[in-house]
Formats: sequence, C-alpha cells, structure tokens
Amino acid sequence: MTELMISVDGLTVEYDGKRVLNNVSLDIQRGEVMVLLGGSGSGKTTMLRHIIGLERPTSGTVRVRGVDINRCSKEELMAIRRTMGVAFQECALFNSMSVEENVELPLHELTNLADPVIEIMTYMKLAAVGLGETGKLMPQELSGGMKKRAAVARATALDPEILVFDEPSAGLDPIVAAGLDELILFLKKAFQMTILVVSHELASAFRIADRLALLDRGSLIAVDSKDAFRASTHPRIRQFLDRVPDPITESVVVQAHIRELAGLAGART
Amino acid sequence: MKVLEAIGNAVIQGLAYVGSLTMQLFSELRASPRVLPLTGRRGRWKTAIRQMAAIGVDGLPIIAIMSVCAGFILAMQTGSELRRFGALQYVMDVVGVGFTREIGPLLTALIVCGRSGSAFSAEIGTMVVTSEIDAMKTMAMDPIEMVLTPKYVAAMITLPCLTIMSNTFGILAGAVFMRITTNIRFPMYMRYIFNSIELHDVWTGLLKSLVFATIIVNVGCMEGLRVRGGADAVGRSATSGVVRSTYLVILADAFFTAIFYLVHKG
Repeated sequence: MTELMISVDGLTVEYDGKRVLNNVSLDIQRGEVMVLLGGSGSGKTTMLRHIIGLERPTSGTVRVRGVDINRCSKEELMAIRRTMGVAFQECALFNSMSVEENVELPLHELTNLADPVIEIMTYMKLAAVGLGETGKLMPQELSGGMKKRAAVARATALDPEILVFDEPSAGLDPIVAAGLDELILFLKKAFQMTILVVSHELASAFRIADRLALLDRGSLIAVDSKDAFRASTHPRIRQFLDRVPDPITESVVVQAHIRELAGLAGART
Repeated sequence: MKVLEAIGNAVIQGLAYVGSLTMQLFSELRASPRVLPLTGRRGRWKTAIRQMAAIGVDGLPIIAIMSVCAGFILAMQTGSELRRFGALQYVMDVVGVGFTREIGPLLTALIVCGRSGSAFSAEIGTMVVTSEIDAMKTMAMDPIEMVLTPKYVAAMITLPCLTIMSNTFGILAGAVFMRITTNIRFPMYMRYIFNSIELHDVWTGLLKSLVFATIIVNVGCMEGLRVRGGADAVGRSATSGVVRSTYLVILADAFFTAIFYLVHKG
C-alpha cells in the first residue's frame, strides 16, 4: 500500500496582492520521484519553499507525513525537517567551512554520535556522490557540479526519507547534469527515498521522474505519468514539450509605448 | 496633514524597528545558554571564541592607536586652556574621568561598530543571499543560535575588555603629555588619576559598553537578515548597519549619561 509523504492542498500564495500560486494541490507518494516542471516565473520555487516550510501560504495546507507544517508545534516542525533533506539551487554550502565540515555539521548538531563515527559517515556520504577525496577542500575551490554533489551529500547526511532538489541541473554542462540524474536515481533505488525535483530541464525530467507535474503561471495544469505527458494534447503542455516560445509582446503595445516615449502620446498614424 | 502623516509614519517605523530588535535580543538571550561553555553544545563556544578574536584581538591595535591619539588631544586641548589659569594639574582629572566615563566606551563602540558591525551585516546578508540561512532552517538548526548568539556573547565579553584597554591607553597618553609639559612623573600622575576617578566612573562606562555591544550586534545582524536581492543589497545592509548602530549608540549614550547624571546628582 502506498503512503502519502507530501500532500499539498489548495495552496494559494499572494505577495503584495499579486497571486503567485493559485489553489495548487499535489500528492507525492513514498518512494516516487516527482518532478515539478514549469517555466521561469511559474511559481515552482515558491511552491518548493512552501513545501519545505520556509514560508507561510496565504491559504491552503502543506502536510508532510500527515503533519500540517504551518500549524504544528516547533518541535514537530523540527522533527519533520530532520526527515527532509534539501539541496538548494545555489547549493548553499557554508563558505566558511570545508566540504567535510559542511556534511558533518548536521551530524554534529542533530545526533549524539561519536566523532570517529561521524568521520566515517561523512566519508561514506561524500564517497556516495563521488567526492570522497575532496573533503578537505573549501566550497569555493569546487566546480559547479561538485558543489551540487556536495550539497546532495549534506542533504542526505541524516538519511532523510524525503529529498528535495531545486533545479539540480541549472548552470551545468549536459555531462555533469546527466551524472546528477544518475545520482538521483541511485539515491531512490539504494535508499528508497521520496524525491521531489523542481526543474525546467525536460531531458532530465523524463529520465528521472516517476510522475511529472506542470506548473504554469501559478496553476498546476497537469500531474501525470511520463507517457501520459508525452501523449497529452493540452496546448500549454504541448507548447512546453515542443519548446514553442510565447509571442514576445503584442506589436500594438510596443508601438504605443514607442509613441509615448517619443512624446507622440495619443498621436494616431 | 501630509507632514503629520510623515511624522506619524516615521515614529511607527522607528518603534517597529526597536520592537524587532528587542524580539531578536530576547531570542538571543534564550539561546545563550546553548552557546556558553559547560551548558552549551560542543562547537558553539568555539564559534564565540573566533568572534571574540575577530572583534577583540584584531580590533585592539586600532583602538589602542585611536585612544592614544584621543588621550593626547584631550590633554593638549584642556591643557592649553587650563594653563592660563595655572591649573594644569586638572588636565589629569579631565583625562581620567573623561576617558573612563565617556570617551573610552564611546570611542570603542564606534570603532567596533565600523569594523565588526559592518562585518556582521555583510556576513549574514551574504548568507541570506546564498540561501545558507534557509539551508540552516531546513536542517532543523536555528540561525539565531548558530550565527547571532555567538556574536552577541562574544561582543558582550570583548567590548568591556576593549573599553578598559581604551581607558588605559587614553590615560597613558595623558601621562606622556604631563611628562612633556610639566614635572609630573608617571607614579605621581597615576596617584592623581586614582584620586580623581571613582569606581562609579568605571562601572558606568562599562555598563554603557554592554548596552553598546547589544546595539551593535543586534542592528548589524538584523540589517543582514533583512537583505533581499543580490550583492548590492548586501552592500546597502552593511552601510545601514553602521549608520543605524552609530546613531543608536549615540542616542543610548545620551540617555544613559543623563540617567547617571540625575542619579549621581540625587
């Protein structure tokens, strides 16, 4: 029987009266890789920030393993966060610490393990992402792909049940990005993790996902399997999959603006 | 009406700012047992010691130089006036009391504000921009306990120490001036100084330095935590951290000096 790990219900977010997310609902089952797709400004990072409890929604609920993270006690939220690993788009490694110390930090802070055990665990986590020998380096000495992998090692330090990735392949070359895809699949297979990936990379999404969700201008327009996505006739999904650009701006609007700038406001041609 | 509205808005914003500072201070005080040695978690005290080195040890040379200069300037300025009345020995009272009560704490606070207050804003602002603070939160760690409180504990310990050093260097500069202009040698100078200053002068100065430490750390950190955007926002936060904490340090100085004056007079 499947278990619901993350359940988003009617999530609505407004900033200064502007609606960023509009009544979004999404369920993620245990052990599945869900890829949240969407263009720039579609609200996918906002949705991720609400799922990991960094921001409070205007309305709607986010439940992680059945606990409403916006209405639970601080202790419950902390307990939930210990079962969740997050790898940020900017990697968010602590720059004042070495790679090793970055991975050790959650183990030191949140467990009572002895130092030698922590040392072994850190090496194992780094080795699992192919960074076993780079533990002593500082984050600024790593390449983009290595930083991402170090962020994954830190996110998985406490063996979380849920792993959340924000744009894992952003800014990486295709080979390194493919390596990260394989890493995500490995984590899913080896540790039965539930993984939520926020991305706009179609190739990567179709490689790793069990199910896909497409967010468009703050609304979720589809949540389905890969095959159903490929076969979809929904115009926005087709546009996204076939990489068809939006018309840039209405030419009438552009002309009116140019006339206004030229001091010919109201003048008719 | 518009003027009234603007004044009202400014007052409300000012109060809200002080309110946020106070709430942040309470969070830090709540977290402080977890930073102190014996009661705290391993590693946290080490962070505080690193901060003490950054605020105190690294700041000492500039504080020493500026205190020596300020002590010498104070002695020369008062000396040139008092000499006309044949009361040059009162220079020692002015330097002794002036430094312990006022110049030592204030000069130290202003230097720490410029050196470390801006560093706090820039460091925390960069952590916000690079999502390090968010990462801490998602790892079930409290940024107040991990980042802010070690700085606060460090400043509360180092600022009084730096103030004592500043007082010492300022008073020593006065001794050099007296040796050059009069026959008063160092042992006699120190006897005069100890006769003129009271314990009350020293502890009011140190008490003020604790208030200044609270202001510098909290304003610096809060400006950093409020950063939204990119590198330019980090720069702006460092500037506003220094400007606001300097302003609040001077206000607090005026307030506390007035209270001490009234209490002592009464």
